[in-house]
Amino acid sequence: MTTMSQLRTRTRPTRTHLARTAGTLALVAVVPLTACSTPAASPGVAEETVTIGTHAPLTGPAAAGYASISAAASAYFDYLNDQGGIHGRTIEYVVKDDAYNPATTQTVVRELVQEDQVLAVVNGLGTPTHGSVVDYLNENGVPDLFVASGSPAWDDPEAHPWTFAFNADYVTEGKVLAHHAQETYDDAVFCVLGQDDDFGTDFTAGLTTVLGELASTQTYSVSNQDVTAQVGAMQAAGCTVNFLATVNGFTALALGTAAKMGYRAQWVSSSSGGDYPTLVGYLGEEVGPALLQGFVSTNYLPFSPDDPWVELFRRVNDEYNDGAPFTGNTVYGMSVAYTFAEALARAGEDPTRESLVEALESGDVVGNGIVPLQFSADSHAAFGGVGITVVDDGVQDYVGSTWTTDRGDGPVTPFDGEPVPLEDEGVPQP
Amino acid sequence: MSARRTLLLAAGGLVLAIGATFLLDPFRNYQLALVAAYLCATAGLTVLVGLSGQLSLGHAALMAAGGYGYALTVNALTGAGVDGVARFLGGVAGAVVVSGVVGLLLGLAGARLHGPYLAGLTLTLVVAVPAVAASVPALQGDRGVRTAFDGVPGPLRSLIALEQWQAWVALAVAAVAVTGLVLLRDGRAGLRMRAVRDDEVAAALAGIVPARVKVLAFAASAVTAGLGGAVLVFVTQSVSPGAFPLALSLLLLVAVVVGGLGSLLGAALGAVLVVLLPWLVGAATDALPLPAAVVQRLDGTLASLVFGLLLIVLVAGAPGGLAGALTAARARRRTRRSLRGAAAPRPTDDPPAALPTTPSTPREPVRTPTEG
Repeated sequence: MTTMSQLRTRTRPTRTHLARTAGTLALVAVVPLTACSTPAASPGVAEETVTIGTHAPLTGPAAAGYASISAAASAYFDYLNDQGGIHGRTIEYVVKDDAYNPATTQTVVRELVQEDQVLAVVNGLGTPTHGSVVDYLNENGVPDLFVASGSPAWDDPEAHPWTFAFNADYVTEGKVLAHHAQETYDDAVFCVLGQDDDFGTDFTAGLTTVLGELASTQTYSVSNQDVTAQVGAMQAAGCTVNFLATVNGFTALALGTAAKMGYRAQWVSSSSGGDYPTLVGYLGEEVGPALLQGFVSTNYLPFSPDDPWVELFRRVNDEYNDGAPFTGNTVYGMSVAYTFAEALARAGEDPTRESLVEALESGDVVGNGIVPLQFSADSHAAFGGVGITVVDDGVQDYVGSTWTTDRGDGPVTPFDGEPVPLEDEGVPQP
Repeated sequence: MSARRTLLLAAGGLVLAIGATFLLDPFRNYQLALVAAYLCATAGLTVLVGLSGQLSLGHAALMAAGGYGYALTVNALTGAGVDGVARFLGGVAGAVVVSGVVGLLLGLAGARLHGPYLAGLTLTLVVAVPAVAASVPALQGDRGVRTAFDGVPGPLRSLIALEQWQAWVALAVAAVAVTGLVLLRDGRAGLRMRAVRDDEVAAALAGIVPARVKVLAFAASAVTAGLGGAVLVFVTQSVSPGAFPLALSLLLLVAVVVGGLGSLLGAALGAVLVVLLPWLVGAATDALPLPAAVVQRLDGTLASLVFGLLLIVLVAGAPGGLAGALTAARARRRTRRSLRGAAAPRPTDDPPAALPTTPSTPREPVRTPTEG
């Protein structure tokens, strides 16, 4: 730094040239020293702690729908740490706000990697936001685990060997929902309302694989809080079963708008926008339960009220999350935390970035979903199957089978295995 | 300052700045690249407001125009098989064209409006551009346009990190933009702009066409803002409506006022503040033993609050902003020294012609940001 101060304190113009030359020479001499600095063997892993991080919208328009996920994950990590952590190390989860703005995501993720020296980025939230950092993370060999988005883009081990998905992807969800609808509703007119990005496109692709052409395909943009035109078009097209590739806020908006227009239809939603407690929050306690009676949605995480995982998560939520409202986001965040802890436990006594990825690719990490995770060296897609939930009398619960399928035009088949059981009080053992 | 000297100074400064990147770690270099990108915008804005007396609340929209121009051109070139330097320069040209056209149109309207009406027009623009970008399918809605990744060129790859390379490119673009503005300011056009700002009627009597001068100022300012947008896209490989909100426009304006209206040094200080202040505030709130919920709440808003306070303190205490305060301090020191020295005459050529310390700064540009 001497050169910098030297340059800054120069006062007389006659010295400028001399100082500048000297400074430049000194800088050139520094080149080999700074340029070759490589990060430590396993960043983020200290004697007693493992540091990981994430980017999430804590402020801005998307915060209302998703800020509770990272809070739930943090609470679960606190719970694990109180049980002694993993391999004797406690987990520090650094959450950075990106306000759902890709430019900010770039900054905070660099901060996580370069300043906070995280071992991995876990559950970075959002397709556009995370899409802007996926190259950066892979370029730098940072494990990019359990992206909070159902875009199939995360499953590309060749281009992005360090990136792993978490959600069941939107194509799979679309295919299973379409199959379910085909079997359940007779003489139905199928339509879809989708977000005007990969979410809507991929989900609709899944639907059309099974159902063929739909009677009406509507899209909305998140920045426009009005779907009257779209819902009106669906009503005019005589749609009786409407699929939704919408985030929770827009699911509520679509249902509310349709109710105001006196338009009755069956609503069938992807898991991203089908969380009952959240939807009631949007629609209000008075009309919410009535509007949502019979509402169909997919899910792949434990959600039945008497499921042991849900009971554990409720306990952790009360004790470590100030009893925040218990929603699908709570289950989601805690499931992510559990899955990361499981991967960490399998990554060995002294985990490294490489051993973490090896553990996931070995297929040993099964998670806590209704189907086991299917990670392998060739596939970084998380859940290959989803279940169907229906709201009845204010309770959202699974009905019928769990279904598996692929992202191509393969068939939708019932899953014959069991959900992953809860063991050891939700503390993964090595 | 002669044009030749300006160019030499700029080249020297650029070499020095590039040298400085070797002292920074990758994250600081990334921040430096962002500072350079915002400097393009704040420099253009400070010349527009300080020199031609026109107020723009819409510079984020002009950055967005440049960003989209860059991204779309780069993607078209990638499709045509062009890459490397040619692709980058093509993208920059795209940014210049798009932001220049938008700036020209705004300038044409702006020449017929003034004060609050022009502010209103630019405000509309900054609200409209993200909305349009979000609903035009070719611009891919809210998720925005992604561009191909530009790594460190081969020969340098073993020497420097990616962030350092990005800082180099950003600094080079900023150097071109700022040098262009300095030449404009010091040349005949700058003189005309000041004349129009101070008294349009008098300027017209002196044979200047005020409308033409104002349009030129707007176009120049828009092009530099567009270059800033292009640099942002080069660094982050994506452009989306969410990256250029109204808040950024206001922040840019506050930054140039805090830095010192009309002064390019002030614009640089302002750009540094835009990048560093939110980060510093975040670091400070993280360091304080506050509950997580409070930290979450503060993260997004405290930076704006600090900016607002800075603005109030500076406008009250040092109307010339940080740069003005620096110049004034230097002038005072020099005066003291010359008074101590026997018969040395008091310097009369100080401070420079720029606005900061003169009380005749146009009123509305200073007042409006406080309200925003």
